[in-house]
Amino acid sequence: MNQFLQQLINGLSLGSIYALIALGYTMVYGVLRFINFAHGDVYMVGAFSGYYLGGWLMRAFGMHSSITLGMLVLVGSMVICAAAGLLIERLAYRPLRNSPRLTVLITAIGVSLFLEYSGQVFFGPDPKPFPAIIPNKEFLIAGLTINSNQLIVLVVTALLLVGLSFIVLKTKMGMAMRALSFNPTACSLMGINNNVIISFTFGLGSALAAAAGILASLNYPVINPLMGLLPGIKAFVAAVLGGIGNIPGAALGGLILGVAETLIVGYGAKIHVPPSYRDAVAFVLLIAILLFKPSGLLGKGQVEKV
Amino acid sequence: MSFTFAGCKKNENGANGGDVIKLGEYACLTGLTASFGTASHNGAILAIDAANAEGGVLGKKIKLITEDDQSKPGEAATIVRKLISRDQVSALIGEIASSRSLEAAPIAQQNKVPMVSPGSTNPNVTKIGDYIFRVCFIDEFQGAVMAKFCLNSLHKTKVAILKDVRQDYSVGFAQYFKDYFTKNGGTIITEQSYSSGDQDFKGQLTSIKAINPEAIFVPGYYNEVGLIARQARELGITVPLLGGDGWDSPTLTQIGGPAMDGNFFSNHFSTDDQAPVVQDFVKRYTDRFHREPDAMAALGYDAARVLIDAINRAGGVDHEKIRDALAATKNFEGVTGSITINKERNAEKPAKVLTIKDGKFHFYESVSP
Amino acid sequence: MLDRSKIALIGAVIASFLVSQFIGLDPYFSIVVINIGINIILAVSLNLVNGYTGQFSLGHAGFMAVGAYVSAAITTFGSTKWFQWFGAANTLNTGAFFVVALLAGGLAAALAGLLVGVPSLRLRGDYLAIATLGFGEIIRVILQNTETMGGSRGFSVSSIYTNIFWTYSLAAITVYVVLNLVNSAYGRGFLTVRDDEIAAEAIGVNTTKYKVIAFVLAAFFAGIAGGLYAHFIGYLTPEGFSFMKSIEIIVMVILGGMGNTAGVIVAAILLTILPEVLRPVQQYRMVIYSLLLIILMLTRPQGIFGGIKRPAFLSRKKAASA
Repeated sequence: MNQFLQQLINGLSLGSIYALIALGYTMVYGVLRFINFAHGDVYMVGAFSGYYLGGWLMRAFGMHSSITLGMLVLVGSMVICAAAGLLIERLAYRPLRNSPRLTVLITAIGVSLFLEYSGQVFFGPDPKPFPAIIPNKEFLIAGLTINSNQLIVLVVTALLLVGLSFIVLKTKMGMAMRALSFNPTACSLMGINNNVIISFTFGLGSALAAAAGILASLNYPVINPLMGLLPGIKAFVAAVLGGIGNIPGAALGGLILGVAETLIVGYGAKIHVPPSYRDAVAFVLLIAILLFKPSGLLGKGQVEKV
Repeated sequence: MSFTFAGCKKNENGANGGDVIKLGEYACLTGLTASFGTASHNGAILAIDAANAEGGVLGKKIKLITEDDQSKPGEAATIVRKLISRDQVSALIGEIASSRSLEAAPIAQQNKVPMVSPGSTNPNVTKIGDYIFRVCFIDEFQGAVMAKFCLNSLHKTKVAILKDVRQDYSVGFAQYFKDYFTKNGGTIITEQSYSSGDQDFKGQLTSIKAINPEAIFVPGYYNEVGLIARQARELGITVPLLGGDGWDSPTLTQIGGPAMDGNFFSNHFSTDDQAPVVQDFVKRYTDRFHREPDAMAALGYDAARVLIDAINRAGGVDHEKIRDALAATKNFEGVTGSITINKERNAEKPAKVLTIKDGKFHFYESVSP
Repeated sequence: MLDRSKIALIGAVIASFLVSQFIGLDPYFSIVVINIGINIILAVSLNLVNGYTGQFSLGHAGFMAVGAYVSAAITTFGSTKWFQWFGAANTLNTGAFFVVALLAGGLAAALAGLLVGVPSLRLRGDYLAIATLGFGEIIRVILQNTETMGGSRGFSVSSIYTNIFWTYSLAAITVYVVLNLVNSAYGRGFLTVRDDEIAAEAIGVNTTKYKVIAFVLAAFFAGIAGGLYAHFIGYLTPEGFSFMKSIEIIVMVILGGMGNTAGVIVAAILLTILPEVLRPVQQYRMVIYSLLLIILMLTRPQGIFGGIKRPAFLSRKKAASA
């Protein structure tokens, strides 16, 4: 029983990282209806900005690992990535606003490759240890291990979920975002500047990716230029699982994926699934869910207009 | 495209007639395993620059032509054909990853161009043919070394394995460890796995913890091993972790921190080895690349030096003569130990088991199976 | 009666035979040329799904893997039996053996395509994309765990059969089949599914059937390409068929202009040569490659040849030059 609870905690903590990345994915998709393939790489850029920013703050100002340093690095990296996101959107995606979605997808793949390979050239390909910018504390409760970083990730994910829902549902900007995703032409006819809304969404999505990058690196303190590849795909799966474009869905999808993966590792052997099949199981689960609910768990089925 | 076609016949006499000796290297400078490829490449550069500074070989300078294979299957075969037919290299250096060496070796063999692999540990690599050599030990040897060390020196007989299913190195190493270990009285109580790029191993470790092994064998690469050690200690696993040369990098202890203390791994060399050749290498490498060398750098360095030594003894760049000289390599003073090429064209040298204390690697004992 | 497309097909086969027999190509050059041919098969077949039928498949590398592994298993484990039955190896029965292995690989991949095609009936757009990506990854993980085929450690293919003749004959056949299919009255069904699925159903087109046919046929040719690849590179690892490979093929399709076979062929040629041309810049190669990709998409968002209406006879001519 204890082991099962521990596995559940492991799964939830892994899942909350997926959820965090998936939130940014789903935000951008919800408004623009396009898969921002480079999202996982912005996550990487976020982690690297944190690495350099944290190192610099520690060296130049003699700061020690503390909540203040953590907040500074987090906010700083979010700003850097928001700027990077805006730049990417302006240069690579905006000129293709009226092109087929697949064209934009290929451009996004190009941006993703560009970030990965220039990262390997400029940061160097070898993994770097991420500085402990926030002190980590382990708690042992009734034989279960959980650490403060895992809790921070869970709390931040929950906060962001609430915050994003608030922005999307209660603010003017959010209303404009929803309008844009519903019908861009009608939206601009209503006097909304579509470009501003899209830039805002992109900036926000990239800032979210940066937050995910920093928080993930706190838990798993090693970063490299290709670190966004796998979490990027997993988060994409999580977003689709929950119903892409749906914010609570992304969080739910992330948690389910994390728990499922961990349980397969822990108990797969009992149902004759060797743990080495873990990566496949995530996709089997996904396909199975999509077959029964083609628009994801919380996604709304789209009505075909004739 | 016709210009490429016409251009290909131009340098018929290429390397043999010029005043340089051309060596070809195919390495993963970008992509998934770039950190290993770059280290090995740096080692090779260091060796070749040193040789050139001393006047080169046979009065000629050595020119290293390096091609990046992006860590991608399919690329190595293309590159090696290019190096052989276009650049007309005298010999080849590469690759770290066995799967890519296995792609390129048949081509080198077919064209009778000698090839020295710095770090491909799959036994099949040198079985391709008599032109294929390596300066590292093979999975079989290293697996047996660690199994023996675990049984005889640590007296642990119940071991769990946690391997990386995406890396051929890890899968092979785990297999040979298991073979030797179970044949000599040990039991593997569970085999868990992960995929390179994963960052969370708590699921696997929680399952391992539940069945109380006496040690955990983790034949992976340092980027994941550092995280595995941390998460194992967090979950309250106190038994030692064991591994191999994939662990060797200064980054390992930076990632793993105190969690790495008390663990053991087998390696080709140890930076606290006082032999002048090692100390000289560590110093020059650190000066030039601003970081401590790891096992891959040392192997790249030795691969290039063994090859240069062979060319020197061959007295020319004739492929067959270089091959014969390589095969005759005996007690070559390498950074990774004294290298003797055996009948199977593998390097024979004892493995060193290192332990980690206060974030530093220390020589523990020498093991030969 | 032979029509022009059949003449073009036969011409292409004869030309590739002559080239492989009488022109001694530099090994590096010929490896690039064969790579181009394999990529043409992959891109043209994927174009049937992504371009002509308007579905979005991200799992082409998975089908290629099935073809590669099945055909490699046959030539590696079955060669003794084959040459026992049909006498000592000579050009004829070796060729026949290779064709059998390729066909088996193609059929196995087609079967996998059927498995993917069936769920695709329910999924649309991005959901389909992620499901096919999932299938591709599942195939990779299964291969990783298949010990008889070497698992992650890889599998040595015993014989290198692929040459320019096989590659380009099969590329010509692929182009011929795809073009004739979509240009036939029957094949217009694919285009209707792409252009408007609801309208297609309303006028009595069985969209389900067309989608499945597209998937199965594309998978079959991907399997053939996989077989060619296996008997050319000589060493297979599951890593070679990860989703990055699928992405590479999709880039060719979209850059060429969706549903434009000639454009896709040109894109396959360009994108195979480009990384080779960029070799001298070493580590910067992929940085420049990705920048060029972005710039190409920005300047030609419809693909290199997308949006250009061609007279029908031109597509036939392209088939010949393949």
